[in-house]
Amino acid sequence: MLTLFLLLPLAGAVLVLLLPRERAHEAKWVALLFAGSAFAVSVVAFVLFDRDTPGYQFVDSVEWIRAADAGFSIRYIVGLDGLSAPLVLLLGLLTTVSVLVSWNIELRVKEYFAYLLVLEAAVAGVFLSLDLIQFFLFWELELVPMYMLISIWGSGRKEYSAMKFLLFTLAGSAFMLVGFLLLGFAAGTFEIAELTANAPAEAAVPLGLIFWAIMLAFLVKLPVFPLHTWLPDAHTDAPTAVSVMLAGVLLKMGGYGILRIVLPILPQQAHDFRLVLAALAGISVIYGAIVTLQQKDLKRLIAYSSVSHMGYVLLGVSAMGALGLSGAALQMFTHGAITGLLFVVVGLIYDRTHTRDIAQLSGLMHRMPLIGTVTVVAGLASLGLPGMAGFVAELTTFLGAMPTQPVATIAAIFGVVLSAGYILWMVQRVFHGPPSPRWAHLTDAGTWWERTAMGSLVVVILAVGIYPALLTDTVQAGIAPIARIVEAVA
Amino acid sequence: MSWHDHFHLIGPALALLIGSGVVLAADMLWPRRAPVWGLTLLALALAALYALWHGVSGTRGTAFEGAIVVDDYSIFFAFVILTTAAAVTLAAREWAAAFDQTPEFFALLLVSAGAMVVLVQSVDLIMIFVALETTSIAQFVMAGIARDDRGSEAGLKYLLTGAVAAAVLLYGFTFLWGLSGTTQLAGIAAFVALADDGLRLPLILAFVFVAAGFGFKMAIVPFHAWVPDVYQGAPIPVASFLSVASKAAGFAVVLRVFYTGLGGGGTFIANEWAIMFGVFAAASMLFGNMGALLQTNVKRLLGYSSIAQAGNIAVGLAAVAAGSTLGPSGVLFFIGTYVATNLGAFLTVLVVSQRLGSDEMSAYAGLIRRSPVAASILALCLLSLTGIPPTAGFIAKVYVFNAAVRTDEAWLIGLVAIAVVNTAISAYYYLRWVRTMLLDAPADDSAFAPSYPAQAALAAAAIGVLFIGLIPTPLMAAAQRAAEVLQ
Repeated sequence: MLTLFLLLPLAGAVLVLLLPRERAHEAKWVALLFAGSAFAVSVVAFVLFDRDTPGYQFVDSVEWIRAADAGFSIRYIVGLDGLSAPLVLLLGLLTTVSVLVSWNIELRVKEYFAYLLVLEAAVAGVFLSLDLIQFFLFWELELVPMYMLISIWGSGRKEYSAMKFLLFTLAGSAFMLVGFLLLGFAAGTFEIAELTANAPAEAAVPLGLIFWAIMLAFLVKLPVFPLHTWLPDAHTDAPTAVSVMLAGVLLKMGGYGILRIVLPILPQQAHDFRLVLAALAGISVIYGAIVTLQQKDLKRLIAYSSVSHMGYVLLGVSAMGALGLSGAALQMFTHGAITGLLFVVVGLIYDRTHTRDIAQLSGLMHRMPLIGTVTVVAGLASLGLPGMAGFVAELTTFLGAMPTQPVATIAAIFGVVLSAGYILWMVQRVFHGPPSPRWAHLTDAGTWWERTAMGSLVVVILAVGIYPALLTDTVQAGIAPIARIVEAVA
Repeated sequence: MSWHDHFHLIGPALALLIGSGVVLAADMLWPRRAPVWGLTLLALALAALYALWHGVSGTRGTAFEGAIVVDDYSIFFAFVILTTAAAVTLAAREWAAAFDQTPEFFALLLVSAGAMVVLVQSVDLIMIFVALETTSIAQFVMAGIARDDRGSEAGLKYLLTGAVAAAVLLYGFTFLWGLSGTTQLAGIAAFVALADDGLRLPLILAFVFVAAGFGFKMAIVPFHAWVPDVYQGAPIPVASFLSVASKAAGFAVVLRVFYTGLGGGGTFIANEWAIMFGVFAAASMLFGNMGALLQTNVKRLLGYSSIAQAGNIAVGLAAVAAGSTLGPSGVLFFIGTYVATNLGAFLTVLVVSQRLGSDEMSAYAGLIRRSPVAASILALCLLSLTGIPPTAGFIAKVYVFNAAVRTDEAWLIGLVAIAVVNTAISAYYYLRWVRTMLLDAPADDSAFAPSYPAQAALAAAAIGVLFIGLIPTPLMAAAQRAAEVLQ
């Protein structure tokens, strides 16, 4: 089933490319069909996932490279647990949303949807891989479609931003490969499950070095201050759908890597450096929030708010306890849904006004009440209003982190205050205020694809907010074994 | 052993040398009308069949008083060389048609390839030197065959550096012979195994000279200065052949000389030669990539890129010296992937530059709209050179770096760190080129397609890159089998 989830987007990409030139406009239907089918598969997997059975489920495993006597065997192995299940669900949903918000794309349509689907497959590979080399393969595979999507269909300094994204990620992942090879050599296997069970006690270089080599790639991706500078550029210049994917699932690859690989395999090192992680988290939250307050560009504003909000993920990690880790895992899901939605509405506003300059927007609520309402919902969720998805995650994180990392947690809670500031101020400037005659001709979101894209994410945000057990049961099932390992070293 | 047994073992090389004579004779009999292109392909096909016969019939053994062997290692590289020569010939058809010294070019190509096949079979210093010089002299002429200003400069530059390299190599060989009293690699290995510490310095001197001499063929820093000028000035088929076949043969003979001749990684001087190749590797990657970053001429860019790639292979050599059991097969596997990848890149440049009349990066703008086939294959090969999945380059890098990490030597792990940083640097210029082809607006919209033989060569390279990337086990197994005979 998981292999199907990987292959559906790839098959869709091939099919889209094979469409004859004169039927290129049908590419979006093919893309929607395949992204939708993959989403359906992810829903089925999420529902059928047994929260009471420990370990990985729906495992598919095939020997891929056989050179065992030479120490180079790599298995193709995918599996789902409580940590990856929500992220796979989110990936399925956000890719479908991304296809919907790309409905009007006209430039090189076939290639666009093909890259989008390849991107989904690559990210799916990262979330599902249970072998380090295979994980690394998908991690690198994600770069090419992302680079193309930003640099062809982006705006502004798109080529600069795409290259910056690429080089930052590659520089980080380069050291990750070295770390993986060292771990694999020390443990005699690249399989994550075996590495978790028999974590190497020593390697050719100090384990602390390996920890940072791997961590660097994940911290770049998360991103954490001071490695975040690629993110605002990439977000600002990317097309709407790519921003949705970037904020929604690509950043989660970093947090996921920390929870899946770093903590279970190198718990002692994570524990030794927990103060550094907490400090980075606190600084990211505050710095991200302060910079967000100063943004004049709508998309850049949300991009910087991501830096701030992803700091909570690292804060939860640095707490080194079950509650904090659950908070981090929840925050990844909720931030993906909320920020994904924010980028959707920003994209819809930009489609109509052709500007993202907050100073030029005013009183849009009069013209587009539906988009405005959805933005308010997403904004409130983003600042952590009770009853919305963001609240559950943030509260869990703070409760988990407070006992062990009080300073960073207090800083992060102060970050929530700031986020209320920038979100509400943004809503006020863009949607309220006197209606500008310049925007008198604008229409609200009326087409089915716009409404579906927004509606589905609003439903998810409210559902998780009102009935968190939908998500928390699964996440706790996934976090429990990781937390046991981490708490054992504390 | 009767005389024909000896010749049986050098059958593939003989087929090429005879083919070379036939090409020239045919041109003399029917000037300008002889089917030299077809004859060249025929000679290469016959040689490949002969090598295949060696392979499947289990023909192994030594000939000419132990100077020549046929083993899995030599057969592996014979295929590498023959494949390269055949692909270059296929893709060079259009170029050759517009060139008035076609028969000479193809005859030289066959001589050079034949000598290389002998080179990878040689296990005797004298035989190695003779084979190396034969292939080099043919290449000197090929580099200058265009006889325009740039071509002559390339030919002369290649000749002068090559002559110095040959002298240095011979000097190193003299040391080895003087110390051990034998020219056979196995004899030298036996001598090194028994040598005491007093011989450390002379032996190190000897293999530094030998490595310097071969460094010219492998095009590694600091013996690389000729590369950009020659690649730019020589006709592209020649540059393709140099960058792939000649480099592969260079690494083949280095691995054989150092591994067999110096007794593998277990000798008392293993650490020194490990560090020597480590330094070469780091320098090649750094200088190659730095040089490539700002290039606007694609031939020069590929020249610098091939220096950097040689650095990656040299990481494998350093791992071999440090005692890695994965090292020898890593070098062979990397070379196998490099052949497919770099051939694909060079041959597309050959085909495209022929049509565009320019080697400048700007001429490649919007290539995807003018020739989707050429642009996609070139993009694929550039991704493979960067090392991005699912291409062959990704697996090759992971394999070689894994071999180096497994030696458990901290400095080799440091070298791998340098290598992975260089991968990120190289992404800048490889992907900038991809972007130019896919994104920029073309100067004119006229579409074109490569000729059918060229398409066949390009398709073969592209399929190779993807196949090795997705199903690497067959090539890996072949590399491991070939590497085993060295031990």
